[in-house]
Amino acid sequence: MKKLALAACVVTIWSACKFNSNDKKILPIYGSRKTATRVVNGKTETDTIYQTIPKFKFVNQYGDSITNKSLDGDIYVADFFFTSCPSICPVMHRNMLKVYNTFKNVGDFKILSHTIDPKHDSVPVLKRYADKLGVTGNTWWFLQGKKDSTYKIAQNNYLVAVSQDSTAAGGYVHAGYFILVDKQKRIRGTYDGTDPKQVDQMIADIKTLQAEPDENIAQ
Amino acid sequence: MKLTAAFISIFLLAVILLASCENDQSIEFKRYYSSGALVYQTRCQNCHDANGGGLAALIPPLTDTAYLKNNRSRLACYVKFGLKGKLSINGREFDDEMQANDLTPQQLAQVLTYIGNTFGNKLGTVNEQEVAADLQHCQ
Repeated sequence: MKKLALAACVVTIWSACKFNSNDKKILPIYGSRKTATRVVNGKTETDTIYQTIPKFKFVNQYGDSITNKSLDGDIYVADFFFTSCPSICPVMHRNMLKVYNTFKNVGDFKILSHTIDPKHDSVPVLKRYADKLGVTGNTWWFLQGKKDSTYKIAQNNYLVAVSQDSTAAGGYVHAGYFILVDKQKRIRGTYDGTDPKQVDQMIADIKTLQAEPDENIAQ
Repeated sequence: MKLTAAFISIFLLAVILLASCENDQSIEFKRYYSSGALVYQTRCQNCHDANGGGLAALIPPLTDTAYLKNNRSRLACYVKFGLKGKLSINGREFDDEMQANDLTPQQLAQVLTYIGNTFGNKLGTVNEQEVAADLQHCQ
């Protein structure tokens, strides 16, 4: 009987721990934030307004126009690369393939890989690269646009969170980061895309985001 | 009695000499191999992966033992000056460019010894003299 009680105790504690870890894990929200006050029914309320990814327009490997609206309702990961990159890009995309294979059949998830060498990486070059990686369908888009727009959105938006976290000076655009963005286009995580362990963490964090209840999502 | 002692000592000497001979070879191999592992990590691994698996249809694997064996005398040239055009590795076609790598003949020997004896390959030691000779015939 004592043994049974002990076993019950252990199971309870264990499941409590498990429950807690699943329930309480909330990813941080990166970027600058502002507060806004508004008057609702005579009472003053304060809202926090988080930094979000602004409007953008690029072209994907199929020649389709992709805008911020194409990502509405999606969790997505963004990175920056170029197809002729001999250094870290193969490592990043070897790791990203794992992410792709984990989530390719999930409707609300996408990967955006922006080329930082649009002159060489035309739409057909990106299509050929995607084909050779074994990427099909519309889960992983390889995006081409004006070099200025790509660098601007990288430095002013996606990689803001990286510079907050990193002590390294400059050069983030080609530093192999994966940026995790939630359905409200807020940055929720940054990961070294060349490190398989950090990429595994990102896969876990994507699952956490997918499980995030709607009331947390609503601003 | 004296004769037996002399015989035994000669026999022992022969064994020691033979053993040290073998040792020299295996020391040379180990030296090349361990330095080669470092060259591989810094210069090859990003593309070819830690396990030599390459990357999908973009970067060929180094696990095709027949290819490496049949092209042994060309490997130093491939690594040093890069490689372009169609390749068939493990029955799969590859058609992307490998960049040139500015490595010394010693580093080439080290990394080829490493690759040549990892990922299922058994090429033995590829030493500096062999590499230097092969480099004379690069196309």
